[in-house]
This record gives sequence, structure tokens and C-alpha cells, in this order.
Amino acid sequence: MTQWLAIFAVAPLTSAFATPSIAPRRKLTHEHETHLRANEDRWGDFPPHLPYNLCCGRGALVIGLTLRGRFHHPSSEVSKDPFNAWIRIHPDGQIQLVLNKSEMGQGVFTALPMILAEEAEIDFSRITVIQADDADGTGGSGSVAGGYKPLRQAGAQVREVMIAAAARRWAVPTAQCRARNSQIIDTSSGRTLSYAALVKEARRLPLPDAKTVPLKDPKDFSLLGRSVRHLDIPHKVKGAARFGLDVRLPGMVYAVVAQCPYFRGELVSYDAAKAKAIPGVLEVFDIPTDLQSANKNTREVAVVATNTWAAIQGRNALATEWKSGQYHDESTETLTTQLRAALDAPEYWNSTNTELNPDIVPAAKRLEAIYEFPFLAHVTMEPMNITVSLEGGRCEIWSPTQAGEGTRETAAKLLGIDKKNVTVHVTFMGGGFGRRFGAPFDHQAIHIARSVRRPVQLIWTREDDFTHDRYRPAGMHRLRAGIDQEGTLVSWTDRLVDTTIIGQGDPKQAQLFELGGALDQPYPAQHFRISYVPIDSGATRGAWRGVEISFNVFAVESFIDELAHLAGQDPCLYRRRLFENTAAQTRTPRSNFDGALADPKRMIEMLDLTAEKAAWGKPLGVHRGRGISCFFSKTTYLAQVTEVTVKKGNISVDRVVTVVDPGTVINMNGIRAQIEGAILMGLSATLKERITVKDGMIQQQNFNSYDLLRMPDTPHLETHLVEGGRLPGGIGEPPLALIAPSVGNAIFAATGKRLRKLPLQLDEVSS
Amino acid sequence: MAHFTLEINHQQHTVDADPEMPLLWALRDLLNLTGTKYGCGIGLCGACTVHIDGAATRSCQTAVATLAGKQIITIEGLGSNGLHRVQEAWIAEQVPQCGYCQPGQIMSAAALLSENPRPNDSDINDAMAGNLCRCATYFRIRNAIHRAAEETYA
Repeated sequence: MTQWLAIFAVAPLTSAFATPSIAPRRKLTHEHETHLRANEDRWGDFPPHLPYNLCCGRGALVIGLTLRGRFHHPSSEVSKDPFNAWIRIHPDGQIQLVLNKSEMGQGVFTALPMILAEEAEIDFSRITVIQADDADGTGGSGSVAGGYKPLRQAGAQVREVMIAAAARRWAVPTAQCRARNSQIIDTSSGRTLSYAALVKEARRLPLPDAKTVPLKDPKDFSLLGRSVRHLDIPHKVKGAARFGLDVRLPGMVYAVVAQCPYFRGELVSYDAAKAKAIPGVLEVFDIPTDLQSANKNTREVAVVATNTWAAIQGRNALATEWKSGQYHDESTETLTTQLRAALDAPEYWNSTNTELNPDIVPAAKRLEAIYEFPFLAHVTMEPMNITVSLEGGRCEIWSPTQAGEGTRETAAKLLGIDKKNVTVHVTFMGGGFGRRFGAPFDHQAIHIARSVRRPVQLIWTREDDFTHDRYRPAGMHRLRAGIDQEGTLVSWTDRLVDTTIIGQGDPKQAQLFELGGALDQPYPAQHFRISYVPIDSGATRGAWRGVEISFNVFAVESFIDELAHLAGQDPCLYRRRLFENTAAQTRTPRSNFDGALADPKRMIEMLDLTAEKAAWGKPLGVHRGRGISCFFSKTTYLAQVTEVTVKKGNISVDRVVTVVDPGTVINMNGIRAQIEGAILMGLSATLKERITVKDGMIQQQNFNSYDLLRMPDTPHLETHLVEGGRLPGGIGEPPLALIAPSVGNAIFAATGKRLRKLPLQLDEVSS
Repeated sequence: MAHFTLEINHQQHTVDADPEMPLLWALRDLLNLTGTKYGCGIGLCGACTVHIDGAATRSCQTAVATLAGKQIITIEGLGSNGLHRVQEAWIAEQVPQCGYCQPGQIMSAAALLSENPRPNDSDINDAMAGNLCRCATYFRIRNAIHRAAEETYA
């Protein structure tokens, strides 16, 4: 496999210091909650507060570092508080890694300490992972990619300072000392000193510069790349891991909120007395809505009770009346009409390499197709919730969140207090997928807590979550292409129209990341033009796992398949040939928002390997077909072959063979889990999921009208990893994008029917 | 409101509750047994699954008034001495991601294996179809059930 260096948009910034008194105190005094340690069994119970010396790392060697997300803007590199992770090596032998990241099942609380253990020569089982409070933001498949280099550099600082301390103690040259298993060995005499015994000395020595400290040769790695069990799993199988909804505080009450079902509708009336008649209901009052929410400019009704059931019953009894607002006539049909009109509307933005109109340059054959995708709900299994306690001018929050810092800012602003008096404890969360980047519930819970003057847990029921989500955008692609006699792309035109994520209420605020996977699609065309028209909707939109790739790659990879058939060529060999053409050309990046363009040689390697593993070309029986797709995102290369059976109007996905090259693997167990989960979540959206709108309201309320993939729909998965690079790429999202086109292409192979509308249904074929 | 005595994990508990209160909320809010999860409240996701007299049952659809004399087992009481073999298989196959639905999945799987010690894929599909997992760990769940079955007979 070729060695290949991934290019990151932002070089990680690492700083370090050896004196704990310089450590930013806010982070170190507030963190607690979630402790993970290999072979330790006490993790489900949160200690309310850690002893002060443990929090602050008194007497410990403390190294601060900055873990980068993928999309951090360079200007954020220099801030007042540059560190968001700390390594603490205590004189009693405890080694702690404090992480300002959220663990939502993606395995970062195992993968990140593995990187540290490898480079610092620390016994992995001795590291305790601690969740820092007020996490900045976890998403975009960036935790491992952004943490790899800083953690290796900081780990090397630990190793080198320990070597220096031991050499000094023994009065021997450092070259004679080796680090291994949290110990320094004097290679001439065989004597050893543990890291713990060296802490005092190490604290007095200057730390080597993170930018120049020598890193291990990956050939010498003994831990990275292995399959390591996730530290949180024993707690999760016992029901002991505490999620946001499991927070229990003394004197705590439970609240639900009656929220306007209409986009931007208004509260007309409610009957508090009826709700208060329900046993257990304590208080009923209305609160202002969050100006960020779809229901801004109205009020909502809070029902507070001694238990969740009573609160829900109280809300049911409220007899709330609402009236619809400016989006009263919005429906899936009106949106479809608007989207179709936008296909021919003036471009909001475009990218082209030609002064000609690609649609009329001479070509042997032409094709046009429209692909459609619906709104999707996140449906985290743990519904939205947040627990707030206000006491003595301080606000303490427990939240299953991907962005604790945002919640902290909301609370400080609403309460008119300084941010330093707000602490957000990030709990485990029952799924993230982009849903938990803060939302109106933060705002609601603060208002309720302020009124009831007791700790309060706000719960959004499943119905609240379905009807007030931040939905994956709905939209369409119109693709047009011209090919020559050999099938080579002469022209490629892609018009994306969608209900933009960023431009809520004002589509002119739309941003171009929504074109990811379409703008940087890997197939070369002599003349291309990619254009975008965002439209408005009353439904609030947000980032759904993979954000834009889940819909853009469906269109591109399906259309390429159509072109292969138009050219009369095998879809795998056709893609391969197009990449061979690209490999022969110098490519100009159309965009640099993802930092890198696909290397066509590696795309070819992925296709070849997948075709081999899936026995591409080997005949399947009647009613069966294979489909292929490939993709490059966040420096990860992927290809997939799916086998389906289409019989009696039923689509059954039988087998999915996926080859992934993430550059380098940290935890083989974790990466496989992420790939398997992303494929199946993508399959759920491919076959089942669709949010619809009628009369300015979301129609789906619960699993009786919005079903997810279930066990009987689960195909056999075969996942192969190759490591063709030196740096880890993103993995949580990219594998999700392949499955919709590979299934659609397989259905075409089985039936000759091209399905262009998600979710794929045999009786619903778009133009 | 009325008093109900519930036998949960082989211990007697008395709760003062609305007779219609689902067992789910009695467990979570009145008894602090938070391992049983709320997912949908209409019996369609399986996150709240417990055993009632050995049968996998949705606790969000079971009123506390109907449970006199019944044996209730929750995820906290599943392993009588340490971990149940299904929980061990779940660890061995590294099933959970976010982990929220897993207590319900494990309760459904344990009930399946007590009725059918050697289930095939089709039996597993039938028994587990009511348990949703948004992280979509189904592939590993299936493997873990096979593992738990095989280890009993190994």
C-alpha cells in the first residue's frame, strides 16, 4: 500500500508546562463525573466532588495540551485558555487523562488514552480518563484525527522528562535510559525507577518542546492498531453507566414542557387547574421560548411534578390551544414544489472550470436525473434532557451534550451571572449524531429551575423530540452529464437545492459545507459546473451524522452508476477508468474546505480490494444484484459492495462488504464498531426514514410513524481495514455515506429499476 | 395514589403511586433503579424491557397496579452472582456504543435464551425485533447472542 500523507487544514497547536500552578484552574476544579479506568468497577456512581488535591493535581506532574477538532478555525488557536486536555502523573502512581470531549459511544475515551499510553510508554491499564466539564464540542469525526498529534507530542514529553529525571537521579547519560511500562530502565545496570517515583524530580525539569520532541517510529508501536476493549462497556452492560436522564439530585423535581406543534405558532390558552389536579403535579407556568427555536416569539407551558409520569400526565391534561403562524401552509408537497422551482432559479453560488455551458458542449451521450432526499430526525435513543440546580448564585448543570460550553454560555446569559459561576457536567449520552449541540431545552430548563427553586430535570418525551428536532435538510440534486464514446466525462453539472442548515429563516446565510461530497466529488470532467440554491422552511435544521455527505454522495454515486450503464460498462471498471484518467491529470482543488482531495490511485486500490473481497462479477441468482460505491471524506478512503434480493416488492439487503482506509488505525475494535454502526444507521435512512410536514407541523411523533432499522433488517457485514497513510482520518461519519448508493445501485442491478428518491421504495421512483 | 408492593430483584419494595403509573417510572423515579431506560413510552423501542415472571416485558406499558405477586427482574438484578452470561457475551463481542438501549437489549436476549437455548438467526430476528438501537449495534448483538448460546453448551 502506498505511503501517503494526509493534509490537515489546521496544524495542531500543543503547549505544555510542568508547573501545576499555571494550570487553568476553572477546568481543573470543576471536572468530575465520569471516570473511566481499565479494570475498575466503580464508575457508574458519580462522586459528587473529588477531593481538591485530586482535582488540581497537587504534587503531580501536569501537562496541558490542546486537542483540535477538525474544523477549528486557525484564529481559535490562541485563546485565553488554550488547553482542553491535561495529563496528570501523580506521585502515588495514578495517571489521569482529563478530556474536554464527549463520549457518546464513538469510543474516544478509549482511543485517546491509547495514543497517550503508546507514546508516553505508560501501561494503558493504569490510565484513568476523566471527563472535563464544559466540553467545547465533539463532532465532525474529528476527535481522534485532531487529538492524534497533540497526544503523541504530549506523551513524548512525559516520556522524555521521565528519562531526564531518571538520568539525573542515577547520574548517567539519558541515552542509557529507556522508558517502558511506566518505568525508566537503566540499560547498563538493569535498575528501574517508576514514573511515580520520578514525579517530584520531573516537575523541576524543563519540559521538552512539544514541537520538537522526538516521536516514536510507528514501526515500534505495540498498542496502537490493536483491538482494545472499550473502557465504558462493562458499566453499560450492567445498567450502571449514568446518562443524563439518570441524574438524581436530592430534592429534585421533574418537568416537561408543552411546546407549540406549529412552526412559529403561538400559545392561545391552557388550563393550569386541570394539570394541577393530577396527583404529583406541583406547578404549572408558562415560560418564554428560545429565540433560536422554531417556535420563537411565543410562550410554552412548563409542568413540574414529583415524577416524570405525573409531569407527562399533567401536560396531557393541560388542554393547550395553539394557533399556527407564518408557515401555516407548509407541507412536504409545498416544499417539493419550491425545491423543484429552485432547480431552475438563479444560482446562489457556483463553482465552474469553464466559460462554456457544460450542458451544451458536444458529447456522444447525455443524461439528466433528479435525486431527492427528505428531512430526517436524529432519534437518539435517550431523548433530550438536562438537569439544573441553582444555589447561592451558582448554576450547576448535568447535561448529555456534545457542546457543554454552549450550554454554559446560555445559562450565564439567561441568569445574568458570570460564566465562572456556571458548571456543566457532561454525562454519558444515549447517542449524539449531531443532535446534542444544544437546543431550546437548555433555555427552557434554566427558566424552569429559576421558577421552582429546586433542582429540576427537564425531559423531552419522544414526541417532543420527534416534533422539535433539528432535522437533516431535505432537498434535491439535478445532475446532468455528457460522456464521449469511451464513457469519459465531457461535462458534469450538479445543481443542489436544499433547506439549508445555516440559513434558518434567511437562506442567504447558507454555507458551502453543505456541498461536501458534491463539490469535491472525485471524478474528473472536462467541463463542470456545480451550483447551489438554498430555500427556507419552518422546520429547524441541524447537523445529522455525516451532515451533508449522507445526501450528496447518494446522488453522485448513483448518477455515476447510471453513467456506467449509459456507457455500457461495468460500474466498478467504469469508476476505475475515470480514476485512471484523473491520475493522469493534475487536479486543481475546487474547494479546500476539507483540506484534501481524493488521491485517484488510492481510490483505485479501494475499488480493486472491495471487488476482490465481494467477488464482484461472480453471478448471483435471480432477483439478486450487487451495487458498488466509493467515497473519500475527512482523509478516509472507502469503497463498498452491497448485495440485495428484490422479491415480491420487498427489498432485502443481504450482505455489505466495506473496505476502509482511515490512514492509520488507533483501536481496531472501536474503528470497526464505528464503521458497522455508520453503515447500518445509513441503511436505516436508506430504507425507512422520512420526516414529513403538513399544515406547518411535523407529522411524525413516535416510532409508530417513524421506524428505524431493526434486527430483522440487519445484513451480514464484512468490514476490511487497510492502513495506507500515517495519520488517522475521520471515521464516525464517512462510512454512512456509501450505503444509500450501494443499495440503490444493487437494486438497479437486480431489477433494472433506478430509485432516485430516499428512502428507497420500489413503488416510488423519481424522475 | 395508593401503596403497591413490588418484588424487584428478589427484594420487596413499596411505592406510593398512581395505580396507572407504568413500572418504568416507578423504577426510575421512585426507586432510583435507573438501569431501565425510557425510550418511547409506547412499547415500540424496547429500551424499558424488564422480566416479569421470566418474560421480557415493556415496563412502560405495565401499570404498577397489575404487578402484585409478580417477580420483576431489572438489568440491575439480572446476574445473580456477578454478570449474567448474556452480559459477559456483550462484553466479549464489544456490543455497546452509546449503551443507552443495551439494558433493554440484554433483557430481551436473556429472555430469549431462557426459552430457546440455541436460537438461529431467524429466532433472534423475531425475539429482538422490538428493541431499537440507533447506534445500530445489531450485527454485534446477533453475534453476542450466538456466543452466549454456544458458551452454555461448550
